[in-house]
Order: sequence, then structure tokens, then C-alpha cells
Amino acid sequence: MTTTLVSDEITHNKTNDKVTDNTDKKAIDDMVNDQPDENAAPSDTQEQNASLNASTPSSAAIDSVTPIQLPNEQLLTMYRTMFLIRRTEEMLLELAESGQIGGAMHTAIGHEANAIGAAAALRKGDYLTGTYRGHHHAIAWGVDPGQAIAEVLGRAGGFAKGKGGSMHFYAPEHGVMGTNGIVGAQVPHAAGMALASKLRKDGHVAITFFGDGANYQGLMHETFNMAQKWKLPLIFYCENNRYSEMTPISRTSSVNELYLFVRGYGMKSVQIDGNDVETVYTAVSEAAERARAGEGPTYIEGITYRLAGHMANDLETYRTAEEVDMQRSHEPLVVLRNKLLARDVSQEQIDEIEASVEEEIRAAVEFAENSPWPALGEAYTDVYAL
Amino acid sequence: MRKTTYIQAINEAMKDEMRRDESVFLIGEDIGHYGGLFRVTRNLFDEFGAERVIDTPISEQGFMGMAVGAALVGMRPIVELMYMDFFLVCGDQIFNQAARYHYMSGGLLNVPLVIRGQQGGGKSYGSQHSVAVESVFAQYPGIKVVAPATPYDAKGLLISAIRDNNPVLFLEHKMLYFTRGEMPDATEEYTVPIGKADVKRQGKDLTIVTSSYCVLEALDAAEELAEEFGIDVEVVDLRTIVPLDMETVLESVQKTGHLLALHESQANCGIGAEIVARVYEEAPHLLKSPGRRLGMAPASVPVSKPLEMELLPWKKNIKAAVLDMMREYA
Repeated sequence: MTTTLVSDEITHNKTNDKVTDNTDKKAIDDMVNDQPDENAAPSDTQEQNASLNASTPSSAAIDSVTPIQLPNEQLLTMYRTMFLIRRTEEMLLELAESGQIGGAMHTAIGHEANAIGAAAALRKGDYLTGTYRGHHHAIAWGVDPGQAIAEVLGRAGGFAKGKGGSMHFYAPEHGVMGTNGIVGAQVPHAAGMALASKLRKDGHVAITFFGDGANYQGLMHETFNMAQKWKLPLIFYCENNRYSEMTPISRTSSVNELYLFVRGYGMKSVQIDGNDVETVYTAVSEAAERARAGEGPTYIEGITYRLAGHMANDLETYRTAEEVDMQRSHEPLVVLRNKLLARDVSQEQIDEIEASVEEEIRAAVEFAENSPWPALGEAYTDVYAL
Repeated sequence: MRKTTYIQAINEAMKDEMRRDESVFLIGEDIGHYGGLFRVTRNLFDEFGAERVIDTPISEQGFMGMAVGAALVGMRPIVELMYMDFFLVCGDQIFNQAARYHYMSGGLLNVPLVIRGQQGGGKSYGSQHSVAVESVFAQYPGIKVVAPATPYDAKGLLISAIRDNNPVLFLEHKMLYFTRGEMPDATEEYTVPIGKADVKRQGKDLTIVTSSYCVLEALDAAEELAEEFGIDVEVVDLRTIVPLDMETVLESVQKTGHLLALHESQANCGIGAEIVARVYEEAPHLLKSPGRRLGMAPASVPVSKPLEMELLPWKKNIKAAVLDMMREYA
């Protein structure tokens, strides 16, 4: 398991000095296979270590909640949304491959349950901020896939007239207050929204999604501290897919279980299976209840896995096909489909839902592709608010 | 007319707006119980309490980010940066977040945020507590920049900044804090519009365009130049750096034909270069001599008093620049 960068280094060294090559390779292997330092943190074996080990399934989460069983009707609605998000992002990847999408586009294929379970647990008027891997949050929160695709394509029919794009999703009418291109920057924003709710006493909570990699930004810890000190109605939701962009976090983290980070601040935290909507729903419901009761923030670490690349056209040299295949048997759609089938929902019902989503996606792509480019004058508007 | 200090004017603006609008709150370091390092938020904690005058840990990125978030949902936070130099610590939240949000969202969201605090040299605070930042901020569209020189302008502009629907950088100056100026009664409401310059001294020979504490140095220099050399300088106080009031600048240059753009941030690539360039682009025929810039020299601000005074573009350097221009062209 090597990254592109590491491979380059080795190739480079080979041409110059064979001995250095071997030394470097050993050092790199040691780093990659680094076992948790037994003095570093509460120790867990590599097998139990869901935070760092990407060959561990999401179901290996160690400090979970007891999931509430949701009615089939609600689960079917969730399945529909999940399939809608999946197909939207698959279409986006196709559009990217065909050269229609510029810049960086990051899909959340494999992360969907984290968004859907959380959306169902929160209320109208609650706030969401997220990351540049945020299509799934926006759609789960109610953003129209046609507008979303148009936005990513830079068309006038996008919700931000094509000015935001894939990394910058907004739908204030649904509480989507922004996804962000800077890792971790959205987290204090949600804390500010929670502070606003606290000052207004309006009973709303804010949830902020971020990846495992964001935990290592300084402002996260500033925000953890203030949110806990001021008991803000806030939910920190870490979608831990075990890779910060192209680097496995086992290679860079001195903490073995990410949900323990905030315990130093006295904050309640749990590690859950982020690929199971009922588990996510339960954890976020409990966190929201605590937040609304004035008991302060909760940190939820949802163990999940990104089935597609970090961004469109990622070479994915940092992981094996076997690892990805293993994760497919625990991915959100499979988990939910199996659950539904086990609860007497028929395959035909599921097929029907999928067929109706395909229809919707066809219409969404058509809307987006037929949407015109913004008028050139739009380049100069929205710099300042009136 | 009563007279107040610059500090009191700012304090009054915040107090009045907090009484008028519940969405206004203050956040920053030592601003609550202590009343601010420079006592600018003095007594506000007593009236508005810990919920609206929030003492933070020393976490500039975190509390600037929280202020941005609160503003996104309609609050009107006023963030105090203890020294403007600290903007670099939370630069992403100011420039990438606050300044860009309205544009990135295609106008869906606003950030009605005020960032205020003191900047500048003159008190031997050294390189990391004395920088003037107006030129840096002017490079980032989406944020307005105001830098008043008098108590009257400070109160009126701060009220306008708080009511503005955009992020506004409100630049105070440590040399201005204890200066006094005429003010209407505390009960009399007024505002000073953002984006409108004010001619602080009429003159016919040469125009100095400036802002913030440099206005006072320019006025001093102008008096001495008149007395000692009979040179009649007009001093245009921009009051707002972004957006620039070029109309007032051009009117003055039309009258005098000579332009010196003055500010405390570096002359090199500074806002003065922008002003001179715009005059050349928009009305080069007005200039009887080449327009000039005077700003901080390209060095850090030293602690040693004589060295600091050597570098700052204040009275001695202003007089020298004006004399040089007038000797050649008058």
C-alpha cells in the first residue's frame, strides 16, 4: 500500500542510489504498518480499531448506540433518498469523465447513510454545515438533484447560478448553510449558528459534518473547547472514511480512536456504524435531544468508507481493490436493502423505487444539461449584499 | 457641542446599536469583565451581560469562524481583534469565508459581520503588534474597509458598519484612541455613510488623500507647510478605503493639480498606488506633476522609537515629500 508520492520517491531514488531506495522503502513500510503505540492512547488491537483501519468494516464501531427500529415506510423513503443520492453522484462522475465538469469534484459514494440518518433525526429550522464532500448532505436535506447537477456544471439553473459549484452547496430554506472548500472551516460556522440559537432561545440545533482529516486542524479544537464550555446546541459529526484525501490516517494520527479526541474537553462522544441509517438516526436523535435540553454538544464518529476516489479521476494508488470489495458488502445501500428484505419488504417494492429514481435522475440530468450558462453580467454581481 | 474621546465614540456606537437591535453582540478576548485591553468595550458587560458580550479563549480562528456562522443566520456580531495584526491568525475565516460567502452562494446568504480593533505604529509595540492592514484587505472583494480619523466619524461609521449586510473591517488606530473631538449629544442619532470621503482641510496647492491616524499627521503637516512655506495643502480624509470615493479625490485634484496618496500600510503595492493609478486612468490631464505615494517603508515596524519614527509616514516624512513635490513643480 503506497501513495503516488511514495511511489515517486522510490522511483526517483532507484535511479540514483539503490541502497537509499531499500532504506526508504523499509521506513515507509514501517510507517504504513505502524501499530498503535501502546502508550499513546487507550489501546485497541488493529482489528478492533475502526477509526484507523480501513480494512475494518463500519460495523466494527466499538462505542455505539442501540439503534431504534424505524417503520418500514420511513426506511423505504430513506432508501429512495439514498438511491437518489447514489445515482446523482454516479451521473456526476459520468459527466466529469466526459469532461463537462471542471475543477475538483468529490463524491460521497458510500457515505450516504450518515447524511440520511441525520437528516431524519433533525427538524425544520435546524442548521447544517458540511464539507466539499457534501452532495449527499444537501440532497438528504432537500436540495433538488437537477439544481445540484446544474450547479456542479456551472449552469444558470444551479441554486447559486453556477458560482458555487460542487464544493459550495447552499439551500438556506432547507437549513443547508454551506459546504466548504477549506477543511474544517465550516465547523466554527455551525458553532456560531448554535450560539445564535442559544441567544435567541429558539430551540434549534446545528449539525456540522467533517471528515476524519479535519480533526487535525487547529480551529477544530478551538471550536470543541468553546462549544463545550458554552454548552452550545451543536452536533459534531465526523464521517470517518479512514483516509484524509489520499493518506490513510493511520499514517498521520497519534490518536487511535477519533471519538476520544473531544473527551479531553469533557464532551460526550460516540463511535457508531455510519453505514446504518438506524444507528445514525438514533445517535443524532440522542445528540439533538441533549442539545435542545441545554446539555451541550456531542461528537459522533460515524465509521464509513468512501467507495469512489477522493475526487473524480483519483488514481487510488493508496488502497487495494480487495479492500474496496470487502467494504462493498457493508456499504449503506446493501445494509439498508438487506434490512428491508429481512423485514418483509419485497424485492419488487425496492425495484419500483429504483425505477422511479432512475426516472427522476434522467429528468434531473436533462434539466441540468439544458440549463443555459449564466449571463456574463453575473460574474460581477453578488460581490456585495445590498 | 460636547467633546468625547475616540474610544468613547466607538463605545457609544456599540451601546446604542445593542440597545436598538437584539441581534448585535460582541465577541473577543478580554472584552467582557475586563472591558477590552484598550477599554473600548468598557461597561458594556454590565449592561448587556455575558451572553451578548462574550469573553473568548485565545482562539482567533474559532471565534472569528463562530461570528461568521452567527452572521450567516442573521445575527450581527462585532468581533474585536485585540491587535489588527492577528487577522493573519484567522485569515481564512475573514478572506475565504466571510468575504466570499455572498458571492459563492449566488447571493443566497449574507455575512453582516463587523471586525474591529486597533492597528498601526507609534507606541513601540514592535513588528507583530503595529502593522497597518488596510491595503491587504483591499485586495479581497466582498469585505468593506473603513478607517475613521475622528470621534464623530468613528461613531457614525461604526453604526453604518453594524447595519451593513456585508462584512466590514472597522480600523481603529492606537494613536487615535485618546484624541478628542466634537460630537452631537449622546441622544442625537446620526450615521456617517460608508464610501463617502470628507475634506478635512481646504487648500489650493496640493491634495493629500489619506485616512485613519495619518489624517491627523497630514493636518499637522499642512499647518506647518502653510506657516513655514506658504504651501496650502488640501487634506481629503477617505474615511472608507473600500469602496473608494474617487469622485471626491478627483474633485480635489482638479482644484490643486498635485496628488500625494498617504497611508500607514506599505507604499509598495498599497492602496495609495491604487489611488494614483486611478487618477492616471480616469483623469491624467488633472495632474500638473506626477502623482506620488507615501507609506510605510518596506520593513517591519521596529520597537526602537527613533527607528519607528524613521519608517512611519508621519509629519516629518509628509513635509519632506510635499516640499520635494512643490520644489520641482510649483
